[in-house]
Amino acid sequence: MPDPGTLADRARTNGGGTEAGGEDGQPSLSDRLAPLGVAGGAVARVGGEVAGAGRKVAGEVLGRAGRRIGRALSADLDDRDPDYIRENLPLAWLLSTLWFRAEVRNMGNVPENGPVLLVGNHTGGNMAPEVIVLPLSFSTYFGVERPFYQLAHNLVLTSPVGPLLRRYGTMAASHKHAERALASGAAVLVFPGGDWEVHRPTWERNRIDFAGRKGFIKLALSQDVPIVPVVTIGGQETALFLSRGGWLAKLTRADKLLRLKVLPISIALPWIVNVGDLLGHIPLPAKITIEVLPSIDLREQFGPEPDPDEVYRYVTGLMQDALDGLAAERRFPVIG
Amino acid sequence: MRLNESTIVSASPKLIWDYIADPGNTLHYMSGVTRWEVVGEQRSGLGARYRMLIQVGSAEVGGLIEIVEFSEERDMAWSSVTGVDQRGRWRLREAGGGRTRVELRFAYGVAGSGIIGYLAEHVAAPSLRSHLRRSLQQLKRQVEHEKLRRDAAARQASRAATV
Repeated sequence: MPDPGTLADRARTNGGGTEAGGEDGQPSLSDRLAPLGVAGGAVARVGGEVAGAGRKVAGEVLGRAGRRIGRALSADLDDRDPDYIRENLPLAWLLSTLWFRAEVRNMGNVPENGPVLLVGNHTGGNMAPEVIVLPLSFSTYFGVERPFYQLAHNLVLTSPVGPLLRRYGTMAASHKHAERALASGAAVLVFPGGDWEVHRPTWERNRIDFAGRKGFIKLALSQDVPIVPVVTIGGQETALFLSRGGWLAKLTRADKLLRLKVLPISIALPWIVNVGDLLGHIPLPAKITIEVLPSIDLREQFGPEPDPDEVYRYVTGLMQDALDGLAAERRFPVIG
Repeated sequence: MRLNESTIVSASPKLIWDYIADPGNTLHYMSGVTRWEVVGEQRSGLGARYRMLIQVGSAEVGGLIEIVEFSEERDMAWSSVTGVDQRGRWRLREAGGGRTRVELRFAYGVAGSGIIGYLAEHVAAPSLRSHLRRSLQQLKRQVEHEKLRRDAAARQASRAATV
């Protein structure tokens, strides 16, 4: 942007040149243009101020957005608000009971006290039903007083619902955040499969697919906490998931810009063809069944230095067996 | 939201009271209750605390409750300490002819949950009412069975004494 001061000065200088008047007594051209010069100077000043203000506003907006994203992705354990969770239990209960006809089995397998890492398979795209059903079940079973945190994708926390989710105890997925929560004695829920698993095609609905991610094992070992596997079925029937769209994520550079390895394609309400699922969708009222498996103490079961590959195979194997059992009980898609 | 169910049991208030005041029996007759554990040293009476859960819709709901009224053979009331707000009351009154009117009251809700909470309370009501009815039926059956067993034992004992 040109310097407004310079322009105004230039206009004043031009006008100033006319002050001496013309030799014939008639106002010279420069005299006649003098008011224009003054006006131009004023316009330039205003323009400069507007430009300055624009720069300031843009700076503020960017700064605010940056601060908001930074805050959304930080992990302040105090953001979890038990009273807020309690007041919103009825909404979660209504959705869970009436829409998903959810059934949660063996919540008693979660140790009564102390830190614990709940490891779940992720289902249902960006409107994952277990994200509603499981925290509801945990909160009604153990009380909202027991600290419970969930790790979620950055994009979820920077979305408009991010501030609400933070009050539920949702934090940006990071090893550091999970460690902090576990160190405070809380229960933490992670979905190692993340966006890869949650957007798997509907015909792979009965498959546990963590894509080889073993971070949860490292986390449990570093904090010396038990793992409680949690298996969900039904979420992949809330829409017809066609493809993860990994190729689309690469093509649109969403993998680099938004940390999205997938850009899923599905048939879902109300969009019919839903690409990306960034705005979510209306999930079909598929019956959701969640089974909480017995707690696993890794060092007790695998020795003082467990092999992560062996633990990974064991945990995913257990979860796959449980999922197969739940799938065998299911007679019809959606209806359950 | 408050629910209220009652029944007539062919037994004395004392027999019913002894049955309901013992927390060890609760899971045998309370329908939908999945957990009823004594918390602390005191098993029964005023101030006794229990951790309880009841299946309502898709969730097991409950928390820590405390006995806040314990008037022998008449009233026993509890109130929640943690978890979803709830109050309950057993009310026993003689109905004549060796029978007792047993009333079970249950009030619940989530303070501050607004219209959604109001809606959820009403949606949950049929299921909870059904649990209360079934609980009373099961209590009646078990207590009357116990009375028959005791009467039979007493008859046998008197017969044995006369022989």
